[in-house]
Amino acid sequence: MTENVTTENVTNDPIIVCEDVHKWFDDFHVLKGITTSFKKGEKAVICGPSGSGKSTFIRTINRLEEHQRGTIIVDGIELTNDLRNINLIRQEVGMVFQQFNLFPHLSNIKNITLGPMKVRKLSKRQAEEDALALLERMGIADQAYKYPSEVSGGQQQRVAIARALAMEPKIMLFDEPTSALDPEMISEVLDVMRELAHSGMTMLVVTHEMGFAREVADRVMFFDEGVVVEEAAPADFFDNPQHDRTKLFISQTLQH
Amino acid sequence: MEELTFTPEIKPPSTKKDPKRWLKDNLFSNWYNTLLTLLAIVLLYFLFKGVYTWVFTQAKWEVIPPNLRKLSVGKFPKDQLWRVGQVIYVLAVLMGLSAGIWKGLNQQITSAVACVGAVIALLPIQVNTSLREAAIIATTLIAVSYVLGRDLQNLKRWVIIGWVLMFPWMMFMLHGFGENSISTILWGGLLLTLILAVVGIVACFPIGILLALGRRSQLPAIRWISIAYIEVVRGMPLVTILFMGSLMLPIFMPGDFRPDKVIRAMIVLTLFSAAYMAENVRGGLQAVPRGQYEAAQAVGLAYPQTMTFIVLPQALRSVIPTIVGQFIALFKDTSLVSIIALTEVLGTADEILGDPKWTGYQPELYVFIAVIYFIFTFAMSHVSQIVEAELGVGKH
Ligand SMILES: Nc1ncnc2c1ncn2[C@@H]1O[C@H](COP(=O)(O)OP(=O)(O)OP(=O)(O)O)[C@@H](O)[C@H]1O
Ligand SMILES: [Mg+2]
Repeated sequence: MTENVTTENVTNDPIIVCEDVHKWFDDFHVLKGITTSFKKGEKAVICGPSGSGKSTFIRTINRLEEHQRGTIIVDGIELTNDLRNINLIRQEVGMVFQQFNLFPHLSNIKNITLGPMKVRKLSKRQAEEDALALLERMGIADQAYKYPSEVSGGQQQRVAIARALAMEPKIMLFDEPTSALDPEMISEVLDVMRELAHSGMTMLVVTHEMGFAREVADRVMFFDEGVVVEEAAPADFFDNPQHDRTKLFISQTLQH
Repeated sequence: MEELTFTPEIKPPSTKKDPKRWLKDNLFSNWYNTLLTLLAIVLLYFLFKGVYTWVFTQAKWEVIPPNLRKLSVGKFPKDQLWRVGQVIYVLAVLMGLSAGIWKGLNQQITSAVACVGAVIALLPIQVNTSLREAAIIATTLIAVSYVLGRDLQNLKRWVIIGWVLMFPWMMFMLHGFGENSISTILWGGLLLTLILAVVGIVACFPIGILLALGRRSQLPAIRWISIAYIEVVRGMPLVTILFMGSLMLPIFMPGDFRPDKVIRAMIVLTLFSAAYMAENVRGGLQAVPRGQYEAAQAVGLAYPQTMTFIVLPQALRSVIPTIVGQFIALFKDTSLVSIIALTEVLGTADEILGDPKWTGYQPELYVFIAVIYFIFTFAMSHVSQIVEAELGVGKH
């Protein structure tokens, strides 16, 4: 059995609370009533077939997507159309994208310092110091002054993680952070995420890396057609799934 | 264990070729290439021979020197020319300082201007001394203040204030006041061309950006106003708008309010190019992927910050050639203000040719003006290429 190394960091206070969250793209019902909560320090892995609404769900948490029914409360602030609330929450929620989305016209270090300087109003010196420390932590301090296009995919994704962490968020959202990477680069990104998990960060990770889920997650959530079909601790989820759809999905993903 | 063998590092093959080899590869590689090369040589020979003979033996260049002052400043009174000098010198100092302080783009633009100044200073024709003198002083001022600017980083704020005050100061300086004031009707020649072009270029840029953003706005009112403006202006020829701006606008204006003719021309040129600028910028905006907006939002940047630091820099970089093309077009379009009886450099030439003394000198005068236009437009496209290289466009 895999020992779950992170449980000790999890507290009982929920930091994200979702109540009956619905989302439509025009007439297409993408999220059909998601009710769940995430505790401070919890690591949740979200999986499910393509098009099941995983990305849409985590993007509602920093309001890159707007939900149309239900409530989402992040760190005590309800997500409404109030711009101040949205900007407050975006400072507390970092996000890492499948396609990195680094700013190509800025060097790696400027990608990282922009947010802290413009939003947190840090001095340039302070921001750069912090950025270099983060890059050190990501193992790519020597890439600071290159441009994103001049480093490998795995390095780009680590710059993107550093960019999100530079805002000192309380929550990190990952949307398939390794899906666009060549196999030999996946582990260097997962290593960084594992280290982050150990540090006690609250993490919501959409991924198909089941090894990572088993090792790091406190909970695995299985999405299908806009609902959470099943959620359980990784051991139970993988070894003793309850629903047929979950069983099918696990057998399909574990095959390759 | 197998022993590791190291492949020795070798230099890449030299790409430099000796001239003979280059000739053979590029001009005489096969029979039809050879034929084309020979044909081109013959054509070029006749072309150069014709141009050479005309320029050095037939052309009657004596039309230029006595009219040079008119071509430069129009009917600006001779005893007030020091005003133009003042403006040019202050401009030279500001440019030199900016180049020294900020380097980069400022340096490129300033050196292009300094080159134009040097060309005028060294014109191989007989020039009334004041023009050559002004060019020499201006070029020297640029060089000196550039050197000084490199060590005067704390002057930044003052230089910015200087630039902001430049336009009102220029208008005031050129116009003068009281009895000695010089009506803008008398402004002309290259002076007027440059004032109209620079004001138009500087002012249409921000307005164009705002219109482009407006056209993509979520707010229907702003979007529709932007679209209507852009499409209406683009649907009319510049001559028509100039004409309306100059002759019809005063009819709608309340009371005696009559904005100055030159100011009206500036406004029309600015608003006209802003519509085209907006479409160029919009093209650039469309090339910025959605993921860039999302990443910017995700780090907490607000809309104005997202636009200023993430979206516009990328959008503008991708359309630099189009934008510079438009600036060049605007520069040449200033010649259309003759429709409202302003005499910029081309209009001045026509005026000179109207003098019976100078009939028959069309080719010389027009060629001279073409060369002036070419010097400025070439400097503009040269700067744009350097800017692109500097920003690493296409690289990252
Ligand atoms: N902006 C949009 N407009 C319209 N439909 C959308 C939009 N974004 C997503 N969808 C649709 O919503 C559904 C859920 O999308 P989502 O990206 O959340 O799926 P996912 O579970 O992340 O899938 P994948 O594993 O392929 O990333 C899909 O059918 C998708 O086509
Ligand atoms: Mg997805």
